[in-house]
Amino acid sequence: MVHFTAEEKAAVVSLWARVNVELVGGEVLGRLLVVYPWTQRFFDSFGNLSSESAIMGNPKVKAHGKKVLTSFGNAVKHMDDLKDTFAKLSELHCDKLHVDPENFKLLGNVLVCVLAHHFGKEFTPQVQAAYQKVVAGVANALAHKYH
Amino acid sequence: MASWAGRAHISRGLWSGCGQHPSKAPGRSELFASYPQTKTYFPHFDLHPGSPHLHMHGTKVVAALGDAVKSIDNIAGALAKLSELHAYILRVDPVNFKLLSHCLLVTVASHFPADFTADAHTAWDKFLSIVSSVLTEKYR
Repeated sequence: MVHFTAEEKAAVVSLWARVNVELVGGEVLGRLLVVYPWTQRFFDSFGNLSSESAIMGNPKVKAHGKKVLTSFGNAVKHMDDLKDTFAKLSELHCDKLHVDPENFKLLGNVLVCVLAHHFGKEFTPQVQAAYQKVVAGVANALAHKYH
Repeated sequence: MASWAGRAHISRGLWSGCGQHPSKAPGRSELFASYPQTKTYFPHFDLHPGSPHLHMHGTKVVAALGDAVKSIDNIAGALAKLSELHAYILRVDPVNFKLLSHCLLVTVASHFPADFTADAHTAWDKFLSIVSSVLTEKYR
């Protein structure tokens, strides 16, 4: 189980309050599909993913990105209880979506890169370290119910 | 190959930007903060942020990456000596190259917001992944 100090929680929560979930969600999912193109295998129904501009402008990518990041926001609200928070989603990703858990790590790291990109110097090593713990915790929680 | 050549241009463009910040030891304080297990490779260093050890070592890493950028079509050739050093002397576990590469990406993203497009992000990720492969290819 991931343990967060009070400082780490404060850093994560205060930055997250300033995240535009719709904008950042689309950017994170879009970048996942651009930087790691093999992840497109899960999104055959999304239409045109043929180029960077097609992916980043794709309305389905934006909509799904928003959904994913909203779920991530739930993690920020329940940092001490990630396994229970993501139990149902874990079952879904295993039984219905068949997503290799390695992809959760990829997405988590893309999220960290996008936050660094948006927040610049405010995204200090300490803030990054706190977010690395969150994304690792979420990745583990999402993989927890795999069988 | 054509798309890689295009990306080489992106890498070089961003790289000359990095050259403007010689005082920044990119990625290192992020690496030790996020992945404290990486400190085990530096028991002989003062690892407090801003330490001369960190600055000196960070400069070496940046210079080596610069060499790789300059010879982007022959990274294995450019880093041959470093590859041997890591295989036979340093023997840093391969997982750590991914960790440092990620931290370098985060540093580039936060310092060059205008340049860090999705395509540039891809080019950097690919470049750092190739550098990591070259540095571990002689391990066994």
